[in-house]
Amino acid sequence: MSGKLAALVGGIVFGLGLTVSGMTEPQNIIAFLRWGPGWNPALILVMGCAFAVTAAGYALIRRRSAPLFESSFRLPQSTAIDARLLGGAALFGVGWGLAGYCPGPAIVGAFSLDPRAAVFFAAFLTGAFGYRLLQRREARSAPQLADG
Amino acid sequence: MIEAAAGGTLIGLAAVWLFASLGRIAGISGIVGQVIDRGVSVDWPVLFIVGLGIGGWLGAGLLGGLAVSLPDPTGWVLLVAGGVLVGFGTRLGSGCTSGHGVCGMARFSGRSIVATLTFVAVGMLTATVIH
Repeated sequence: MSGKLAALVGGIVFGLGLTVSGMTEPQNIIAFLRWGPGWNPALILVMGCAFAVTAAGYALIRRRSAPLFESSFRLPQSTAIDARLLGGAALFGVGWGLAGYCPGPAIVGAFSLDPRAAVFFAAFLTGAFGYRLLQRREARSAPQLADG
Repeated sequence: MIEAAAGGTLIGLAAVWLFASLGRIAGISGIVGQVIDRGVSVDWPVLFIVGLGIGGWLGAGLLGGLAVSLPDPTGWVLLVAGGVLVGFGTRLGSGCTSGHGVCGMARFSGRSIVATLTFVAVGMLTATVIH
């Protein structure tokens, strides 16, 4: 198996998980984010199980010297808790609360020709390209390593 | 609830697999960002994204198809506004639900813990006020 096939397999399992968990339906996300009658805690279970499996897996894998198909692990190096991190997370939170989509479920939905996801994802790309344009204008800014 | 637990477990397994095989964090906004920065080529970020689509088809098949209820005009406006904010915000903040919320939390990154608490709190405030 090559690294490219490994990425494809990883994407398939991730997309399957998002669909099975119901996260591709934005009404389920809004039912978790909106406080009040009908509050749906399912997202906590989704995130909790994903977190537990990932934390255990990462701890085991990091004992190895390298991944299977690459020469080294690539983890984000930044530790700064700054205005970019907080501002970006806050803007993301507003958009998530408005639309009920985060990037993963939107991509899955767009592939499934869900018109809501397609519209959201087109707008998502617009926002991401807009960020890239702004970043390029910041002549002095150094490139940042993404967390993911 | 079984679906939520099973789906979350699959998401975790996918994140572990991407780290074990390629040494990469399974952060979707970061992976899309790499495609935006470097252009579309048959490399691991594009193949991961195509995999997401295939996984979605398989999941919908298993669940017997998913019903889509179309939103009213206000709903479309919220989708567009939300999309732009999520696109810009996840790039500015270096991650989304998967990169910070699952992978970053799982390696106990202080940045990711702060980011996740922030976007969940702001998301709850926004959804409670708007919806």
